[in-house]
Amino acid sequence: MQLTVAGNQKEYADGLTVAKLIELEEVETPAYVTVSVNDAFIAGGTFEEAVLQDGDRIEFLYFMGGGSA
Amino acid sequence: MAFSNEQLERYSRHILLSEVGVKGQKKLLEASVLIIGAGGLGAPAALYLAAAGVGTIGIADADEVDLSNLQRQVIHTTPDVGKAKVQSAKETMEAINPGVTVKACRTFVDASNIMGLIAGYDFIIDGTDNFPAKFLINDACVLAAKPFSHAGIIRFKGQLTTYVPGEGPCYRCAFKAPPPPDAVPTCKQAGVIGAMGGVIGSLQAMEAVKYIIGKGELLTGHLLTYDALKMEFRKIKLPAYKDCAVCGEHPTILAPVDYEQKECDLK
Ligand SMILES: [Zn+2]
Repeated sequence: MQLTVAGNQKEYADGLTVAKLIELEEVETPAYVTVSVNDAFIAGGTFEEAVLQDGDRIEFLYFMGGGSA
Repeated sequence: MAFSNEQLERYSRHILLSEVGVKGQKKLLEASVLIIGAGGLGAPAALYLAAAGVGTIGIADADEVDLSNLQRQVIHTTPDVGKAKVQSAKETMEAINPGVTVKACRTFVDASNIMGLIAGYDFIIDGTDNFPAKFLINDACVLAAKPFSHAGIIRFKGQLTTYVPGEGPCYRCAFKAPPPPDAVPTCKQAGVIGAMGGVIGSLQAMEAVKYIIGKGELLTGHLLTYDALKMEFRKIKLPAYKDCAVCGEHPTILAPVDYEQKECDLK
């Protein structure tokens, strides 16, 4: 199936979960990433159950803390 | 308010813009912006807002200028090392534009003082370096119905969004709660490229100016991310989150809260 991950269209195996995608994409600090699929947030703690569908658009949102000091 | 000849000349490049003009420049001169954090993000934001003639600019920070700040905090100079950051910032801003009023607040912003600090300002800029402060500013601005610009930078990356009351999600909608201390790398641990503050802090100033003059589209409902190594900007949609603890349908956060502090302060 085709997924658009962070703006890039790629081919993935059917039945892929959000948790598995996080692993495949080597997402930094995976425990603290926010995920949206088709512009809706996936609740934290449900990444294992969230199965992706062909055509889904996935975004990873990261904590970014710096700025001052 | 009539413009003096000095003002007409100083702001001539603004006045030439159909989106700004005399009317927009007047709005800028009558506006007030509070910048929390006089560091990597706050420095360029403060410089551009002072230069733009934002009439009243508050700047809040408890720190002193450190030599390690000068790689990116362009509002401070080498002779300023050891001086209060807000004092150093105020001097630079007033040197650029004596026509603006700079209110220096040498204070550590926390739950006890933030509501008083932001009251009276039209727009807030989050230029802080740590998650507890970012959540505190978010919650206070949501509770006080103040628009603000959120931003963060690390390594070669940066991101920002703009919150406008009633017009879109807040920072907490996407990020829920601060990560535990040390769970996510900070500038101190990971470093940050100096010009990143310039890019992202200037974009925060741009959002403030657009909000004040009421032109264009703000980053409400979007997170703009910048990857300097890939030289890529992405505008990611931020969905609304009806269960958000502070701006949702049934908020549980009804007053600002302090979280455990963990600054990315390289002393
Ligand atoms: Zn929210």
